[in-house]
Amino acid sequence: MSVLVAVPVLLPLGAAGLSMAFGRFADIQRWLGLLVLGVIVVDAAVLLHVADVHGPVVLHLGGWRAPVGIALVADRLAALLLLVSVIVMFSVLLYSIGQRITDYGRGTASTTFHPIYLVLCAGVSLAYLTGDLFNLFVAFEIMLASSYVLITRRTTANRVRAGMTYTIVSLSSSVLFLTLIGLVYAATGTVNLADLAERTDRLPPGPATALALLMVIVFGVKSAMVPLHFWLPDSYPNAPAPITAIFAALLTKVGIYAMIRTQILVFEREPSWPLMLVFALATMLVGALGALAQNDLNRLLSFLLVSHIGFMLFGLGVYDVAGLTGVILYIVHHITVQATLFLVSGLVTRYTGTVALSRMGGLAGISPLVAVLFAVPALSLAGVPPFSGFVAKLALLRSGIEVGTSWGYAVTAGAVLTSLLTLYAVARVWTRVFWGKRREPEGDPDHTDELVVGTGDTSRGMVYATGVLVGATVLVAVLAGPLSAVSERAAIDLLSGQAYRSAVLGGGSGG
Amino acid sequence: MTTVNLTMAVVLGGLYAAGFYLLLQRSLMRVLLGIVVLGHGANLLLQLAGGARAGRPPMLGESPLSEMSDPFPQAMALTAIVITFALTTFLLALAYRGWVLLGHDEVQDDVEDRRIRRLESRLAEESVEEAERELESEATR
Repeated sequence: MSVLVAVPVLLPLGAAGLSMAFGRFADIQRWLGLLVLGVIVVDAAVLLHVADVHGPVVLHLGGWRAPVGIALVADRLAALLLLVSVIVMFSVLLYSIGQRITDYGRGTASTTFHPIYLVLCAGVSLAYLTGDLFNLFVAFEIMLASSYVLITRRTTANRVRAGMTYTIVSLSSSVLFLTLIGLVYAATGTVNLADLAERTDRLPPGPATALALLMVIVFGVKSAMVPLHFWLPDSYPNAPAPITAIFAALLTKVGIYAMIRTQILVFEREPSWPLMLVFALATMLVGALGALAQNDLNRLLSFLLVSHIGFMLFGLGVYDVAGLTGVILYIVHHITVQATLFLVSGLVTRYTGTVALSRMGGLAGISPLVAVLFAVPALSLAGVPPFSGFVAKLALLRSGIEVGTSWGYAVTAGAVLTSLLTLYAVARVWTRVFWGKRREPEGDPDHTDELVVGTGDTSRGMVYATGVLVGATVLVAVLAGPLSAVSERAAIDLLSGQAYRSAVLGGGSGG
Repeated sequence: MTTVNLTMAVVLGGLYAAGFYLLLQRSLMRVLLGIVVLGHGANLLLQLAGGARAGRPPMLGESPLSEMSDPFPQAMALTAIVITFALTTFLLALAYRGWVLLGHDEVQDDVEDRRIRRLESRLAEESVEEAERELESEATR
């Protein structure tokens, strides 16, 4: 059974090599990618079921038991996020295959895209599953290295600039991460997360706080927490739609996951963490206000992404079962919704030939389907009932009120305000893009970059893929009951940490 | 907790300071060197995390347990060196590509900064409305 934990990491890495070898056979590459991701979806679903019923599934790599060896751990939280992430990766792959076929024909292979995409998948899976701080660093590097390549493919001058910012900021945070690992090892003598949990208790409060804060900074950069968010709206919009979608959906969320995992598992803390609440408030408001000032559709969505990272920090700041349940629900909701919005933005720009909101208009008349595909995730992002965002936001707001401190009330009020600002931002997009005078498409400004295609051609693959994701966001709302139940159980696990520790360090339930 | 001797602490501080100083420069080449120097600093720190004293090779039967150096930080440092090395090559390639496309290796200002500066200079001479219209078209790059 425990071998299932290795599948999401090893399978895509192996398949990436195979995909590279079949670089000239477009169809084989495409089917291979879809097949591998499909298998991982099934695998993640099984893992979630097993973890939920029997407790965390642990695999000790190479037969070396933790804390000496590296353990891969699939508990409820990791398995749930892995499942959602891989479903999104599958849909986005479908979209990009559709786009490739529409633009270049069925026969042309994009040699590098598929292998790198699979490596990205391996990195994301490893980040979710690893039970070791240094291995988490390796997972981040696998993920980021493939994202560097994806963001700078077909380099134009603008993309080099954006890619450079992205790469250097990520690398600096990686160096800080290495520093953190060195300090953690020097202080405690272990980098195994479960083992760390016991040893940090014995540290004097000074070094323990310093380590916790350094972790906040490292993962804050990766998850675009204000004031460490500046790189995100500058770099993400410069990549083609499917790539932006996958980055927006997964990379920041993996950062948040790492932040939650390390902070809660490793450090003892009383409920309500004022520092994180302050960061949450700043992130929500700066992101939402930034979004209002934008005229570029993709930049606007990127700022909204930053703003909604704040909601996840909010739940972490509340630091009790209700808050963490809210965060987990919110991450699940946000992964699907944000990916969908960027894919829809890709569809929109194909009709308009521009990303400038001021030069769009009347798209609802040209393509009602795209309008519907936009409306559902947009309303969901704003948290309008009955969509998925509402369920997650309600859980967060209630936990915020229950904190009962002035910071708790302030952040809750900030969250409500941010939701309204989000609604205003997406309503502005709606009126500018879908209503108003119908404008002629501007054609394809630049064939060489895939940023704005503007040919007006969309294939069924792209629309279906977006449709699948829209369906997934609706499904998150429909399944809100069972999802909240699982999230709550995951949150209880997370806070007690007992199941995780005993599964990794004790006998282990794998086998 | 492991302690570090003074020399190593000073060397580490120097490496980090130089690295971050270079990182804040305008020239891409210096930024890149900054990342390299920072990477060295981090790797040295990882090494020191195992203790400042040089020990004997960590092989069972060859040296007594008490004299062995800790193999764990060395394994981590080795992995980290490979990763930083690979990413440095990627950055070099990207910097070269940027140099070919742009003809210089200056890091440019943020898009938003440039917009605001342009708006400011226009506000000084023209009416507000016109400047705002400019800003809208500017935002589309």
